[in-house]
Amino acid sequence: MDVLGLDTLDVARWQFGITTVYHFLMVPLTIGLGVLVAVMHTMWVRTDKPEWLRMTRFWGRIYLINFALGVATGLVQEFQFGLAWSEYSRFVGDVFGSLLALEALLAFFLESTFLGLWIFGWGRIPKKLHLAALWAAVIGSIVSAYFIIAANSWMQHPVGVEVGEDGRPVQVDFLAVLTNNTALAAFSHAIVAALMVAGALLVGIGLWHLRKRTLAEQPTTDVDHAVWRRSVRLGGFVSLAAFVLVAVTGDWQGKLMYQQQPLKMSSAEALCETEAPAPFSIFAFGKLGSNECDDVHSWTVPGLLSFLAHSDFSTAVPGVNELQEEYAAVYGETYPDDPSFGDRAGGEIDYSPLLAVTYWSFRLMIGMGAVSAAVAAYALWATRRGRVPTSKIGVYGALLAVAAPFVANATGWIFTEMGRQPFVVYPNPDVPVGEQVYFFTAQAVSPGITTGEVWTSLIGLTVVYGALAVVELWLITRFVRRGVTTGDGAPVPGTPPEGTPDDDVSGGSGGDRRRDDDVLSFAY
Amino acid sequence: MDLQTLWFAAVAVLWTGFLLLEGFDFGVAALLPVLGRRTADRHVMLRTIGPLWDGNEVWLITAVGAVFAAFPGWYATWLPALYLPFVLVLFGLIIRAVAFEWRHSHHTEAWDATWTRVITAGSLVAALGIGAALGATTLGLPIDADGNRVGGPLAGLGWPALLGGVSVLAFSLVHGAVFLALKTDGPIRAAAHAFALRWAPVAALPLLAWAGIVHLRYGTAVTAVLWLVAALSVVLAWARLRVDREGQAFAAWGAMLVAAAATIFGAAYPVVVPSTVDTAFDVTVADASVSDYTLTVMTWAAGIGLPVVLCYQAWTYWVFRRRLTAEPQHTEEQVAA
Ligand code: HDD
Ligand code: HEM
Ligand code: HEM
Repeated sequence: MDVLGLDTLDVARWQFGITTVYHFLMVPLTIGLGVLVAVMHTMWVRTDKPEWLRMTRFWGRIYLINFALGVATGLVQEFQFGLAWSEYSRFVGDVFGSLLALEALLAFFLESTFLGLWIFGWGRIPKKLHLAALWAAVIGSIVSAYFIIAANSWMQHPVGVEVGEDGRPVQVDFLAVLTNNTALAAFSHAIVAALMVAGALLVGIGLWHLRKRTLAEQPTTDVDHAVWRRSVRLGGFVSLAAFVLVAVTGDWQGKLMYQQQPLKMSSAEALCETEAPAPFSIFAFGKLGSNECDDVHSWTVPGLLSFLAHSDFSTAVPGVNELQEEYAAVYGETYPDDPSFGDRAGGEIDYSPLLAVTYWSFRLMIGMGAVSAAVAAYALWATRRGRVPTSKIGVYGALLAVAAPFVANATGWIFTEMGRQPFVVYPNPDVPVGEQVYFFTAQAVSPGITTGEVWTSLIGLTVVYGALAVVELWLITRFVRRGVTTGDGAPVPGTPPEGTPDDDVSGGSGGDRRRDDDVLSFAY
Repeated sequence: MDLQTLWFAAVAVLWTGFLLLEGFDFGVAALLPVLGRRTADRHVMLRTIGPLWDGNEVWLITAVGAVFAAFPGWYATWLPALYLPFVLVLFGLIIRAVAFEWRHSHHTEAWDATWTRVITAGSLVAALGIGAALGATTLGLPIDADGNRVGGPLAGLGWPALLGGVSVLAFSLVHGAVFLALKTDGPIRAAAHAFALRWAPVAALPLLAWAGIVHLRYGTAVTAVLWLVAALSVVLAWARLRVDREGQAFAAWGAMLVAAAATIFGAAYPVVVPSTVDTAFDVTVADASVSDYTLTVMTWAAGIGLPVVLCYQAWTYWVFRRRLTAEPQHTEEQVAA
C-alpha cells in the first residue's frame, strides 16, 4: 500500500524526523533554561534579593511547562527504535541499547526525582538542599544529552566495535564509544546551542515587558523592573557567549565531518568537483532540487572551505561527483538483491544526501544563530547603563527572534541526520574497508509491520503533537503576558503550591516544620 | 549465575518495580471519578501522586531501555509485533504527562475537570496496554522463525493480552486504593479503605490466573511455591485491611505482585517471546542477548548506579511521607509551604 508513493521506510522516516525534531524543540529549552533557572535560584539563595526569587519563580514555571512536554515526547523516542526500526535495533543492539539504558538509569532518574523534589519541596526541605535538588535535575538533563548524543554519534562514526560473525558490530571498547571524538564535539555543540535558546527567550520576553512598563510609565526602581532588566542582561550575555562557543565547537565538528563523512560536507557546500583551494558557498541558485550537483551554481568565498576543513586556505576538498564514485566503488553501485532491502533490493544507491536539504539546513543553522546573536547584542546595547528600549521594531523583533535558535537547532539536526544518508550507521573511514561496520537506512525498518500501521501512528502522533503545541503555546503566552507580579491565583484547598512559591511566601524555611505525629511512614 | 540470566532477572526486577510504583499512581488516577466526589477530594488524591509519578515512570523507561540494552532481539520482536497497542500506550502516557503539569497552569473549573479526566483516561489506557504487552510476551505472540509477526496489525491481541491488561489494571486499582488509604485522612481515606476491602479478593484473580497459567506451562517446584506465596499474600493483605493496618496491607498487596511476577518470569525463563505459531520459533534469552562484554559493562554501571538511584528515590518518598487531607487546618500549612 503506497499512499502518496511512500513505502513503509519513507513513512517511518517521516515519523522519526517529525517526532525527533519536535522532541528537540523542548530539549534545548529544558537544558538551557534549566541551567539559567538554577543560576537564578543560586543567586537568590546567596543574595536574598527578591528579584532573583521572582525570576526563579517566573522562568521556573516556563521551564516546568516545557519540561512536561519534553518528557511526553521523549517517551515516544524510547519506543520508536523498536517499533519502526527493529532491524536497526537488532543490528546495533550490542552498542546502542546500553547507551539508552544508561541514559535512563543515570540521567532520567536524577532529572525526574529531583525535579519533583524541587517542585514540591518549597518550604519543606532546607533552602540549600532545595537548591541542590534543582542543580541535580539540571545535571541530569545534561548527562542525558551526553548519553543520547554518544549513541547518535556512534551511528555517525562507529568506534569501539569489531565485525561479528553475522556482520553485526560487537562491542570491544566501551570507553572508546564514550570518548568518541564525534560525540564530544556534538555534545559540546548541542549544549551551547541550548543555551542560545534560553538566552534568546530571556531577551525577547524581558525586552517586551520592559517596553510595556515604560509605556505604562511604571517605576524603574521596583522589583519588577529589576526582574526584567536582569533577565535581558543575563540572556544577552549568555546568548553572545554561547554563539562564540557554538562557532568554535561547530568548527571542530566541521573538521571531523570532513574526515568522517566527506560527502556530507561537500553536499552542504554544493561543491561538485574537487577543488584546491576550495571555496565556501554563501548562496546557491540553479536547479538545487535536482540532486544533480552540476545543476547548481553559487556565490562563494574563495578558500574558506579549505580553511573549515583543514585550517589552511589552500588544501583540496573533494567534490560530490568524485566522492560519489569512490563510495560506489567500495560499497556497491546497487543494493544487494536481498529481501531485507524490501522494494529497494537491487536498486541503485545514491551516496549523496539530498543536496537542497543539506545545503540550506546548514546555512539556516548558522544564519539563525547569527540572527540571534545580533539581537542579543542589540539588547545589551539598548539596555546599557540603565536604559530602557522603547523601539517597537527592536522589541518586537527580539520577540520574534526567540524562534531563531529553535530553528537553528532543528536544522542542525536535520543536517546531521539527513546528511548521513543513505547510511543509518556510517562506515568509519579509520577502519580498513573489510572490517568496517555499516548499515543502510533501507534495511533498518521493521519488516513485520504494515505501511498502514506506520501511517496510523504518523498521523496520530502528528495530530496529537500539533494539538499539544497549540495548548502549550497558549499557556506559555498567557503566562508570559501576565508577568511576575500577580500570584498564580489563590491556592485551592489541598492542592500543591504552584511549581514555585507565591510571592508572599519566603521559600525555604530551614527544615520540615510540621509535626510528625500525623505522619505514617511506610515501607519504602 | 551467568550474565544473561542475571540480566533477565534485572529486566524482571525493573518491570516488577515499575508495576509496583507506577501501579499505585495508575490506580489513584483511575479512581479519581470513583472516590473523588468533590473537587477538593480529587485534588488531594492527585496531590498524593504529584511528586512521584514522573519518577515512577522512569522505571518504565529503564525497563524498556534494559530490554533493548541486554536483549535487543526481544525488543525488536516484541515491539513491532504489538505496534498499534504500543502506540496507543504512548498516547495514553503522553496525554497523562502533560495533563499532570497543565492542570494547574490555568484556573477554571472546566479546565481542571477536563485535565483531571484526561489523567484518568490516559492512566487507564496505559495500564491496560502495558499489561497487555506483558501478557503477550509471557504467554505468546504470533511470530515466525525470523521474529516477525504473522497476521495483521491486531494479530498480537489474543486472550493473553486481554488477561495481562485486566490483571495489571485490577492490581493497580486496589494498589492505588490502599495507597490512598495510607496517604490521606478523612472521607477519602475511608472510601479508599472500603473500596480496597471490597475489591481486593476479586482484583487479585486475573493476576493469579496469569501467573498460574505460565507456571502450569513451564513451571517448576519453585514457581509453584512462589505462586502460593502470591495467593497467601492476597489473604494477608485483605486480613490486614480488615483491622485497619493499611501500611501492612500495602506491603502485603505489593508482595503479591512481586511473588506473581517472580512466578511469571521465573517460569517463562529462558523464553522471552513464546511463539504461538510454533514453539520452535520461541525467542530465548540466548537468541536475544548482546555480547558478554557489553553485559559486563552494563553490570558494572547498574551495580553502581542502581543503589544510588534507589537511595535517593527512597529519600523522596520519605520527604513526602505526610498524610494529606482536604480539611482547612492542613490547607493553611500547605499554603505556607
Ligand atoms: C541533547 C539532548 C537530547 C536529545 C538529542 C534527545 N533527548 Fe530525550 N530528553 C532530553 C535530552 C535529549 C532531556 C533534556 O533530558 C529531556 C527533555 C525534556 C525532559 O524532560 O528531559 C528528554 C526527555 C526524554 C525522555 C523522558 C525522560 C523522563 O521521563 O524524564 C525520554 C524517554 C527521552 N528523552 C528519550 C530520547 C531518545 C530515545 C532520543 C533519541 C532519538 C532523545 N531522547 C533525544
Ligand atoms: C539524538 C537526537 C536526534 C535527532 C535530533 C535526530 C534527528 C533526526 C532527523 C531530523 C531525522 C530526519 C532525517 C530524514 O528523514 O532523513 C532523523 C532520522 C532518523 N534518525 Fe535521527 N536524530 C536523533 C537521534 C537519533 C538516534 C539516537 C538514532 C538512533 C537510531 C536516530 C536514527 C534515525 C533514523 C533511523 C532516522 C530515519 C531514517 C532517516 O531518514 O535518516 N536518530 N533523525
Ligand atoms: C556558527 C557556526 C556554526 C557552525 C560552524 C556549526 C557547525 C555544525 C556542524 C558541522 C554540524 C554537523 C555535525 C555533523 O553532522 O557531524 C552541526 C550540527 C548541529 N548544529 Fe551547528 N554550527 C553552527 C551554529 C549552530 C547554532 C547557532 C546552533 C543552534 C543554536 C547549532 C545547532 C546545531 C545542532 C543542534 C546540530 C546537530 C547536533 C550536533 O551534531 O551537535 N549550530 N553544526
